[in-house]
Amino acid sequence: MTVSHGHLEPGAHKRKARTLGHDRTGGADEIRFLAHGMLGYGFPESTLENAVSKGIDVVAIDAGSTDIGPYYLGADVPFVSDAMVRRDLSLLIKAAAETGATVLIGSSGGSGTRAQTLRLRNIVLSLVDDANFTRPVFTIDTELDPEQVARALRSGRIETFETASDLTEDDVRGAAHIVAQMGPEPYIEALGRGAGIVIGGRAWDVSAFVAVPAMEGFDRGLAAHLGKMLECGGQAALPVEGSDLLYGRLFRDHFVVEAPNPDKRCTVHSVAAHTFYEKQDPYSLHGPGGTVDLRDATFTQLNDGKVAVSGSRWVPDRQYRLKLEGARLSGYRHVCVAGIREQRMIHQLPDVLPAIQSRLEQNLGERIKPSEYTVNFRKYGIDGVLGELEPQSVAALTDAHEVGLVIDVVADSAAIAESVCALVRSLTMHWAYPGRIATGGNLAVPFSPADFAAPPVYEFSIYHLMAVDDLSQTFDLALASTGRESEVTA
Amino acid sequence: MTRLDETATVIRSKNAGPFVVTFDVFLPDQVTYDAACDALTVPTLAELFGVAETEIQSFVTHDLVRAIKFSIPRRHSSGSSQDRDVYGAQQYAPLLGVELAL
Repeated sequence: MTVSHGHLEPGAHKRKARTLGHDRTGGADEIRFLAHGMLGYGFPESTLENAVSKGIDVVAIDAGSTDIGPYYLGADVPFVSDAMVRRDLSLLIKAAAETGATVLIGSSGGSGTRAQTLRLRNIVLSLVDDANFTRPVFTIDTELDPEQVARALRSGRIETFETASDLTEDDVRGAAHIVAQMGPEPYIEALGRGAGIVIGGRAWDVSAFVAVPAMEGFDRGLAAHLGKMLECGGQAALPVEGSDLLYGRLFRDHFVVEAPNPDKRCTVHSVAAHTFYEKQDPYSLHGPGGTVDLRDATFTQLNDGKVAVSGSRWVPDRQYRLKLEGARLSGYRHVCVAGIREQRMIHQLPDVLPAIQSRLEQNLGERIKPSEYTVNFRKYGIDGVLGELEPQSVAALTDAHEVGLVIDVVADSAAIAESVCALVRSLTMHWAYPGRIATGGNLAVPFSPADFAAPPVYEFSIYHLMAVDDLSQTFDLALASTGRESEVTA
Repeated sequence: MTRLDETATVIRSKNAGPFVVTFDVFLPDQVTYDAACDALTVPTLAELFGVAETEIQSFVTHDLVRAIKFSIPRRHSSGSSQDRDVYGAQQYAPLLGVELAL
């Protein structure tokens, strides 16, 4: 396997793709997409077979999201097990080999870091031979070095976004990992060099859908809108569920969304409603380089559970910007989970728990200061989910006959978290509240050990926009395998 | 009076990125959609969710889908140590009991 590094060349986006798909029955005016919205979550093989029989030009795979929280980005571990990823990928790569489709993967490992991209690359390389996939494999690294971001900050190229706070050099140095959500341009570069599979780091989730259309002169707005419809996989079809594939056809002036699973169908409502999912604004999709304006999008029901969409427009930004994501370590967590079945105590929890906190501080004295830890009593059955937003009155809720109590301690070190958690558990177990008759113990502890160390706690510390003038200096494109064909530009 | 959760086809919440939770309500017909639009005003939502009216963001109604959407910045970002709901999936609950004049 040879690995070489190349940077994006200016004008790369203007290169034409080689012919994709062995049987381009749609000809030059149709691109057929198969989408997998969450790599590793599975799909019925019958759905895939159905899609293969229709023909596929691009298999677009979304392997990640920020939905999963900051842990995966901070700790740099994969979100889905290798076994689950292998199952999905081996089937999809075989399908791509049979149909001649190109495979474009984004947000490898969930967070899209450098290490996760390489990990996924290794899995792909172990699968291509058995799948009879003979074309070249490329990777795109979208993790940024802190110095890159610090330089951008110093030269005024960072914009504040949804954190409502300006980025500081401390934020940049303090992040465990920083990635940028790439647009379609790096995929276009790789495709221009002959890629059959591209394994991308963190990516805007529709980038894999825009790349080939952009190269072949299709409308970017339609392609991006199609990508948004398809990238959540089964969610835009009825009945709604996550783990299935979706199929779409892009034409010059419209696209069609269909559920390749014969037990599912897309309706105007299911497809239109999907524009609302996980986004603030159903009329605009913001991404690197511009916005998809959906204001004039029209949805038409076709026969056989398909929907046609037209009218979506791409509005380029004057300044190309990338969204940065970074996570920093914020503490160490130790947890105890236990049940309370005594209503006398449940009634009094609003007084008991603060009293336990006070006693804890007294007992710890100077050894461990309150600033070094926090104790969060999560009371499931009362207000564990909504906290102070819980509309039911405290009185109504503390009528519960049972509460699931999670003692959640986050501290400056694992050792402090462990000590504090044990002390809190012990205090809670033996606490003498007014009217107590259950003097054996207040908690039903399900496990031995009662307390366990949770993985370290991270938080998103960077969620800002970075203005970019030269993408070739931002991301790293690498050839992972030449495959068994020779038309590679290294 | 009818509760919103007795008539809506969808009431949901989800993260729109790690710092914002977005809420959707879909209604089955014009009558219930109109009643929901009357009931779910920005001042009502602000009170229901314990935020200032200016924090009710991107409030949108969509007549084709019969949907009402709004978003609220999170008090705690997704997965931060005090967060209660990493995916933001169960934060819609205060909407369930909203009364519609039907």
